[in-house]
Amino acid sequence: MGKRNKTAASAAPVAKKKNFFQLLWKYRTLTLMCIPAIVFFFMFSYMPMPGIWVAFVKYNYRKGIFGSKFVGLQNFEFLAQSGKLWSLTKNTILYNIAFILLGNLLAVFMAILLNEMASKIFKKTAQTMMFLPYFISHVLVGVLVFNFLNYDTGFVNTILVKMGLERWQPYADPHVWPVLLVIIYLWQQTGYSSVVYFASIMGIDGEIIEAARVDGANAFQKIRYIILPCLKPTVVILLLFALGGIVKGNFGLFYNIIGTNSMLYDTTDIIETFVYRATMTDFNFSTASAVGLYQSLIGFFIVMVVNFVVKKIEPDYSLF
Amino acid sequence: MAKKKDLDLASSSAKVKLGVSDIVIRTFGYILTTFYALACIFPFLIILGSSFTSESYLNRYGVQLIPHEFTLEAYKAVTKSGLIWKSYILTIAITAVGTLIGLSIIAMTGYALQRRDFPFRNVISFYIYFTSLFAAGLAPYYLLMTQTYKLKDSYLAVLLPLLMSPWLIILMKNFVKSIPHEITESGKIDGAGDMRIFVSLILPMLKPALATIGLFMALGYWNEWYQSSLFLSSRVDVKPLQYMLYETVNSTEALKQTVAGQYITVTDIPSNTVKMATAMLATGPIVLLYPFVQRYFISGITVGAVKG
Repeated sequence: MGKRNKTAASAAPVAKKKNFFQLLWKYRTLTLMCIPAIVFFFMFSYMPMPGIWVAFVKYNYRKGIFGSKFVGLQNFEFLAQSGKLWSLTKNTILYNIAFILLGNLLAVFMAILLNEMASKIFKKTAQTMMFLPYFISHVLVGVLVFNFLNYDTGFVNTILVKMGLERWQPYADPHVWPVLLVIIYLWQQTGYSSVVYFASIMGIDGEIIEAARVDGANAFQKIRYIILPCLKPTVVILLLFALGGIVKGNFGLFYNIIGTNSMLYDTTDIIETFVYRATMTDFNFSTASAVGLYQSLIGFFIVMVVNFVVKKIEPDYSLF
Repeated sequence: MAKKKDLDLASSSAKVKLGVSDIVIRTFGYILTTFYALACIFPFLIILGSSFTSESYLNRYGVQLIPHEFTLEAYKAVTKSGLIWKSYILTIAITAVGTLIGLSIIAMTGYALQRRDFPFRNVISFYIYFTSLFAAGLAPYYLLMTQTYKLKDSYLAVLLPLLMSPWLIILMKNFVKSIPHEITESGKIDGAGDMRIFVSLILPMLKPALATIGLFMALGYWNEWYQSSLFLSSRVDVKPLQYMLYETVNSTEALKQTVAGQYITVTDIPSNTVKMATAMLATGPIVLLYPFVQRYFISGITVGAVKG
């Protein structure tokens, strides 16, 4: 255990140099309060890291990760040459750009509109309804989409048939999915995203708006010259942080909607869905890990860049 | 400039007279917002309606909003076998235990990390936060959980990984920061230790924060299906609710188990309506409850959103 410095009780102006163990002892309770979390992240986030080695070997189940044959960058070369890595990266990034830009645009738009409404009851009811998509699981979203779009019984086809038109089979057409997935994403996320902006708008000093009214500003001018500029810092920060995660995410949504429909992979397969299938269906741990490592490294690099940019714009908000 | 009518300055609150632009925006706004709000609940409503429609009508005419040939057959099929109730109990148990344990840990950690006098807070904060910057990936994680921790087919594989996340800890930290440091100091003057201060002085003031973070966690556990899909094989009879729904929808075997023993052949099963009924039952509580606890989620989003 640490040494206890008995003479430390005096309030002498000379700074007492405490070594690590003395500090540990003094703050033992606070440290102990952090131990469960430290253990947790060690077990579930840090312990897997050595396993990244499996990206550099030809994995043999019996030999384990570290006993399998080392093959260097072969797994990466294969992925790069077959074009798979590029295709996955392209899909992941493009979808995320669409989600982030359109998502924030729509969220700001809805927040501004909602703010203009007079009726409190209307606002509350609307917001509650808009929140529903956020609370349902991705599995349920998949069920909803399927029952909307499927060829035999889908709601869309029910309507088309009633109108005397031909049925539509989106599940066989890769080209429609970029649009569909963006719509579905916006449907699920906008209620949630607009809350931040709505709260920001509510936080704008009422006197500024009053003053504008006195000066004769109409509603459009109020929005353009007061609300939007006030929202700008929030939008910029949220945009940047979202862009930091541009190679990640959305597995749940994509996997439950697209599933294992390989006809659609060209336009809908993102990094995480590929990694999941490589791990769980093909048991190809080497390839899965190679793509995963690729994603983590690029993601890390991008976050560093983003943080650098944020530091320049609004230093308060940088991560460190 | 006199497009709008005079402004009554004396009453600075509600009674502002409207200009043309206000009316335009409001009308526009009411229409758009109504449309969007309805669009949000509409997909849910058509499944709800169709789950009460007979299977034969559904297969013939497709999914509609209003039930036709009203029947409870799908719901009877799902509830009779009892599997869904077992899923319910399992999910509630995992949610309750996980949220309780996780919340305790998150609260303790959040408090310790915002104490300015705690010399290790920056190191520990970075240690925790780094995990959201760089991850090992699914394959190494899967191998670790199944081969080293031997958690395959164990409910612990679902419970443990969701106990906390860097974001929730940071969120808690932000909540605790708003409690004045004087409280801690006065506790120390009274001779109390850090744990005592935390439990007796800090926790009572953290009730809204605990509610907010607790609800986020509970929602995460209730909607969880990903860890289940990774680690719970067919050897496990009872699965958490959303994963049970996933399997019922995607696998004929699972569909058979969900309506166990009630139909002679697979083709007898009213599969479309059964899947919808399962979906409605799996989501029911959330949909019914969330309007009442919405404000906690809103508070969590606003406190946590901008400062990472």
